Amino acid sequence: MDFTYDDEQQALREAVRGLLATTYADHEARRRTVADDPGFDRALWGRLAEMGVLGLPFSEADGGVGAGPVEIGIVCQELGRVLAPEPYLSAVVHAGGLVAAVGTAEQKADLLGRLSAGEIVLAAADTSPGGRWASRADGVRASVSAGSWTLDGVADPVMGGASADHLVVTAALPDGGTGVFVVDASAAAVTGYVAADLTRAASVRFEASAATPLGEPGRDLSPSIATISDLTRIMGANQALGVMQSQVRATTDYLKSRKQFGVTLNTFQALTFRAADMYVSLELAHSTVDWATMTIAGGDREVVADAADRVGLQVSRAARHIGQEAIQLHGGIGMTAEYSVGVGTAHLTVLEQWLGNAGHHLTRLAARVTDHEMVDAI
Amino acid sequence: MQLELSPADAEFRGRMRDVFTTKVSPEIRDTVLEGRHLTRDQIVEAQRTLNAEGLAVPHWPVEWGGQDWTELQRHLWHEEMQRAGVPIPLAFNASMIGPVIAHFGTQEQKERFLPATANLDIWWSQGFSEPDAGSDLASLRTTAVRDGDDWVVNGQKTWTTLGQHGDWIFTLVRTDPEVKKQAGISMLLIDMTTPGVEVRPIELIDGGHEVNEVWFTDVRVPGDLLVGELNGGWTIAKFLLGNERVGVAPVGATKRALAAVKANAGPLMDDPLVRARVAELENELLALELTALRVVAHSSDGAPHPASSVLKLRGTELQQAVSELALDLAGPASLAARAGDDSPQEGWARRSAPTYLNLRKASIYGGSNEIQRQIISRTILGL
Ligand SMILES: Cc1cc2nc3c(=O)[nH]c(=O)nc-3n(C[C@H](O)[C@H](O)[C@H](O)COP(=O)(O)OP(=O)(O)OC[C@H]3O[C@@H](n4cnc5c(N)ncnc54)[C@H](O)[C@@H]3O)c2cc1C
Repeated sequence: MDFTYDDEQQALREAVRGLLATTYADHEARRRTVADDPGFDRALWGRLAEMGVLGLPFSEADGGVGAGPVEIGIVCQELGRVLAPEPYLSAVVHAGGLVAAVGTAEQKADLLGRLSAGEIVLAAADTSPGGRWASRADGVRASVSAGSWTLDGVADPVMGGASADHLVVTAALPDGGTGVFVVDASAAAVTGYVAADLTRAASVRFEASAATPLGEPGRDLSPSIATISDLTRIMGANQALGVMQSQVRATTDYLKSRKQFGVTLNTFQALTFRAADMYVSLELAHSTVDWATMTIAGGDREVVADAADRVGLQVSRAARHIGQEAIQLHGGIGMTAEYSVGVGTAHLTVLEQWLGNAGHHLTRLAARVTDHEMVDAI
Repeated sequence: MQLELSPADAEFRGRMRDVFTTKVSPEIRDTVLEGRHLTRDQIVEAQRTLNAEGLAVPHWPVEWGGQDWTELQRHLWHEEMQRAGVPIPLAFNASMIGPVIAHFGTQEQKERFLPATANLDIWWSQGFSEPDAGSDLASLRTTAVRDGDDWVVNGQKTWTTLGQHGDWIFTLVRTDPEVKKQAGISMLLIDMTTPGVEVRPIELIDGGHEVNEVWFTDVRVPGDLLVGELNGGWTIAKFLLGNERVGVAPVGATKRALAAVKANAGPLMDDPLVRARVAELENELLALELTALRVVAHSSDGAPHPASSVLKLRGTELQQAVSELALDLAGPASLAARAGDDSPQEGWARRSAPTYLNLRKASIYGGSNEIQRQIISRTILGL
């Protein structure tokens, strides 16, 4: 039982923080980057690859580094801290995670090797228009004829989809169940758009698009899909934690420096108390994020699924509280795209609705609430 | 970072579970588990049982019965105790005055008081608050004036919890009215049977009698009952209040209370709104428990981690929220609060309203939640 980072983990954090600071030293740099396609910095992406960060979750046999969940969580926190628009969560954690979970040895070595090296970008297409966080595909259908697979239907939103070379698609199988396929981006109609936090998503239409099944063709892979979604949720919570830490710090600094009525804002207790409550939300979320991240190492899917719901609920609530208060306590400047705090709230909003909002997680937890007498941390 | 307890800590936890569930009387544990009131004798008996096992005051110096445990072990001890329905050792003795005497007391004071305090042979009361000194404790007015070898004490304390059972009271008194208010305060130990000490009950909104006023009229206190330096009382008070805040988030007890709510709810547990409220509270309690573990992992040498204010603040809010849920589930049955045991309404439901009302205190005492917000914003956020 230990909540502290070891020296290597600290070193990783500092290295990633240092690298991100070369590109996103201030919010203005992020604004410039997201203003143009592809919406992230390809040079930085390459340097993340060189540093081994893109291969962190994958085994060495697959061309990765074989690091643990705590290390991946650290990277996500650092990306969140500077609101980095790089598609790490969508390309590496989510799409790469799907390939690692269900691909054959050759598929993994090929796709994950190139992903880790920064040669290709992947995106996971697992949401249908109007769909809500299901591990069962209903927007895209797979068909097979003479051993060749094709996909039809629409996936939207596909996070990071506009700049992906290959799409990792969940699709309904002809005989029931959900399979996972790789589709070359050129085989689908990809329409990119800008999400609420100015990162990029896409609407993808498949029309008899040629697809390669990942793993054994025709097998129902929904349990693995659900697990990878859970892991992505937990890593998304790490990213949200980084954002919230920055917001609490920025708000505290602002209260100490902004003057109104001839005094700095921290003279007003009504405001300092609200900042204290933000800190309480932050610390409780932080504890839950660390815990959920640590449950992954145990390898039990059900434990991880439960942790994903718990951290999803806790972090969604904290994100609303901290994100909204950060804007409010900044006043007008908090509303501007020029300033990081409000954009951070936009990013928290996107993470939440992409990975599952509080209501979704609470519904799932409420369904299981009589299965246990009490919930124990350890 | 790792989640599992080490084999040694897991073994430790098992040992605690074992002692708490086999050595402490089942009647006492049932009383706690069902949320009924303990008698003075039951509280004393439970603490003596723990003391005999070396488990009443593990955080004291080893020479006075402490157990050189890690912070995590202390945490496990505390949680397992609450989980098993064992009354935690009387806070005034075990968490407040004991550590103070061990740290600031003279050798004579240690020998005279510490063994008796650990064993609850002396029941201590806390005489800090006064009618005009609550959150602003330093403005207290009870005076102690030197007369020969003795101190002569005059004034009034209030909110003295369980003062009706008290044998001795540790007080903060003004020993120098001329200096800045924090600088003129001392700590005195006062035998409550001394002539001139009068304890008057205060009735609370739940109908119970747990707090009192304590009046001092020309009470003579021997000079050797001053703790620490003359006029050094404020330092001692800060030391004591810091200890008070640690372990003040009763996670184990609140988890147990929520489990009881679920067990008592019957068909109401089919209501989606009830399920959602329970699930939400369980999640908040998990986050709090994890935060307690994080704080434990980071506090060194028993010094309170600054984030312990988070535990006090959130811990009391959740304690109150669980009592609120129990009340809502009891509904009309909660009206039978004072109906007595032959009422057709179930005991938990009858107790729900007094419990709900009584627990409103949790966010007031021990440094109110507003004071905790002040501590967080000033000392942690630097505002
Ligand atoms: C059931 C119970 C048991 C107790 N037991 C004991 C005991 O055994 N021994 C003992 O010595 N004392 C005891 N206390 C006293 C307790 O410590 C005080 O009640 C507490 O410190 C608050 O003081 P007060 O009641 O005077 O409220 P006040 O200090 O008058 O506060 C009134 C309200 O104003 C808020 N407030 C005060 N100052 C500030 C500020 N600077 N900024 C923002 N808000 C502020 C408070 O949070 C509160 O909400 C007990 C109290 C209760 C209710």
